Amino acid sequence: MPVPIQPLAVSASTATSALGQGLESHLDALSGGRGGLRENDFSSAPLACWIGRVAGVEDAPLPAAHAMWECRNNRLAWLGLHQDRFIEHALDARQRYGAARVALVLGTSTASIGATEEAYRRLDANGRMPPELRRPPIHAPHSLAGFVAEALGLEGPCLTISTACSSSAKVFASAERLIRLGLADAAVVGGVDTLCDSVLFGFNALELVSPEPCRPFDQARRGISIGEAAGFALLERVEAAPAAPRLLGYGESSDAHHMSTPHPEGLGAELALRDALARAGLEPGQVGYVNLHGTASLKNDEVEAALIDRLFPATTRASSTKGFTGHTLGAAGILEAVFALLAIGHDLVPGNLGCLAPDAACGPQLALRGERRRVGVALSNSFGFGGNNACLAFGSAPA
Amino acid sequence: MSALHVHVDGIGLWSPTLGDFAALRAQWQGADVSVPPSRPRAAALPVNERRRAPESVLLAVEVAGQAVAMSGCAASELPCVFSSMYGDQLISDYMCTTLAQAPHELSPTRFHNSVHNAPAGYWTIASGCRAASHAISAGDASFGAGLLEAATLCLAEQRPVLLVCSDIAGNGPLGEMSGIRAAFGCALVLSPRAGPRSLAHLALTLTPHAGDALRPAPPTGAWHEANPIATAAWPLLQNLIDGGGQCTLAAAETLAMRVVLETLA
Repeated sequence: MPVPIQPLAVSASTATSALGQGLESHLDALSGGRGGLRENDFSSAPLACWIGRVAGVEDAPLPAAHAMWECRNNRLAWLGLHQDRFIEHALDARQRYGAARVALVLGTSTASIGATEEAYRRLDANGRMPPELRRPPIHAPHSLAGFVAEALGLEGPCLTISTACSSSAKVFASAERLIRLGLADAAVVGGVDTLCDSVLFGFNALELVSPEPCRPFDQARRGISIGEAAGFALLERVEAAPAAPRLLGYGESSDAHHMSTPHPEGLGAELALRDALARAGLEPGQVGYVNLHGTASLKNDEVEAALIDRLFPATTRASSTKGFTGHTLGAAGILEAVFALLAIGHDLVPGNLGCLAPDAACGPQLALRGERRRVGVALSNSFGFGGNNACLAFGSAPA
Repeated sequence: MSALHVHVDGIGLWSPTLGDFAALRAQWQGADVSVPPSRPRAAALPVNERRRAPESVLLAVEVAGQAVAMSGCAASELPCVFSSMYGDQLISDYMCTTLAQAPHELSPTRFHNSVHNAPAGYWTIASGCRAASHAISAGDASFGAGLLEAATLCLAEQRPVLLVCSDIAGNGPLGEMSGIRAAFGCALVLSPRAGPRSLAHLALTLTPHAGDALRPAPPTGAWHEANPIATAAWPLLQNLIDGGGQCTLAAAETLAMRVVLETLA
């Protein structure tokens, strides 16, 4: 079992998704039970499904100084950085600690592959990419972190984590280790994934895409709805922001089972969850809310529902927010970390939008509708292809 | 910061002309070296998986298996860090080609094999490893950033860690962007303490604002220039062969990492 860590302050955070730009719009949507999914109007060929699309990305080009990074994913990153004055908080941290003392750890599953897809749709007569898309950095997985490092002027450790749908949960763990070992004094963490043909047609080929808005944990669920999102958080030692909410712990594990199906008993997921509790020095009964991975795929929800039922008392509330935003893949970790922080900050348990008749595996923890109650400590689960699991634990600052 | 101290307990290596670290050492010392089979064996994978696995997975699993065997560690107990600049470029080329022509015909297997953590997934499944597995990328600094991430994990958790850095050759329009002309992979098992199998001790220190020092040297036509992971790893590999020496790697765009290598007495 891992030993407890020193908590870190989450001194700033922000999210942009189909629910809107910035924390306020997310809080409003969660409080009002208003989802953001719409019929697919994105893919380059028709595909009957629902998506969580961020409005306005097309109209927000990057400034000329960053033109070499131009693509939808980096536009969404730029848009996201400007919500909730996050960019000012990040630049302030750079000022206080020095550019080389602020680490940057970002998660993404597909980075800017959408730009590569576009280039392949527009190959010239010689089979080459069109000249304006012949920009090698945007065709690599590090595109997002490379762009954000330049945009924020950060010169510390800089890493892309790409473990499918756990990517931007694991960024918190990497950042904590860098700070603990003295390699950085603060870290900008986060993740961005945008809609693209690769994931829409890829998950469709795996028969995992629902033809209707996704219904996590419902008996009649038919698969996932894919979404896009950007989210960021600033991590510092607690002395720097004593009143801020805290990262209390994290757990990371592998299923060692199958590339695209979770372990049938949720063994890896349970390891990650128990690890997160151990690092946070918490018992299950102290957890007020668990933001579930809850993709609305048949297998994930069945396994995760059983896990929550056997580990937590009924006083722990749990829900998936993917009915609001869709599954934002590599950005799901940070988006749902922000939901966990909102739950703590506003004593709000988000409802499990889309679920009318819960799966038989669900326990009494599942919050079908939003609830106003003290949360205090919240967990967030993120599980990815390859059996890659992460669980994060957040809590309010001590009174 | 004070230096990060780790020990190297195992080394794996594969390129189209070098089947393992011993072959690299022999070649460096002027001996004739036989060329390995055209596909990495990846003996750690079950036969069925070996047939199904894409090239990026075979390469990563091959070097991972070599390094873990040399270390004497149980693969099932090792947290792992897989670093790659491009992941599986051939699958990306296939996917973008198919999506441009007939998106509904995309292969589900190739799609799930396209995730950047496919090598980590296949490796942990084959070795029964339930420890944390990481898949990362850091552009030209993918080797140095991988070494830093693995050393950080090793010291923070106080347990041995497997590091695998690899990239396959590109193809098509994407291959023109990556410029990677040959496959190369290398792996290290890092340990927080010296043990009976320890081969070398590494002391890592970061030097910020070092953009000038990290500017690539002009090309000389050497074999390792066909792959950025090989180019980046070559100075450290030479020191591992020589049993001592210092080198500077890029850990990020302008962040240099000094690596001082000493052989244990």
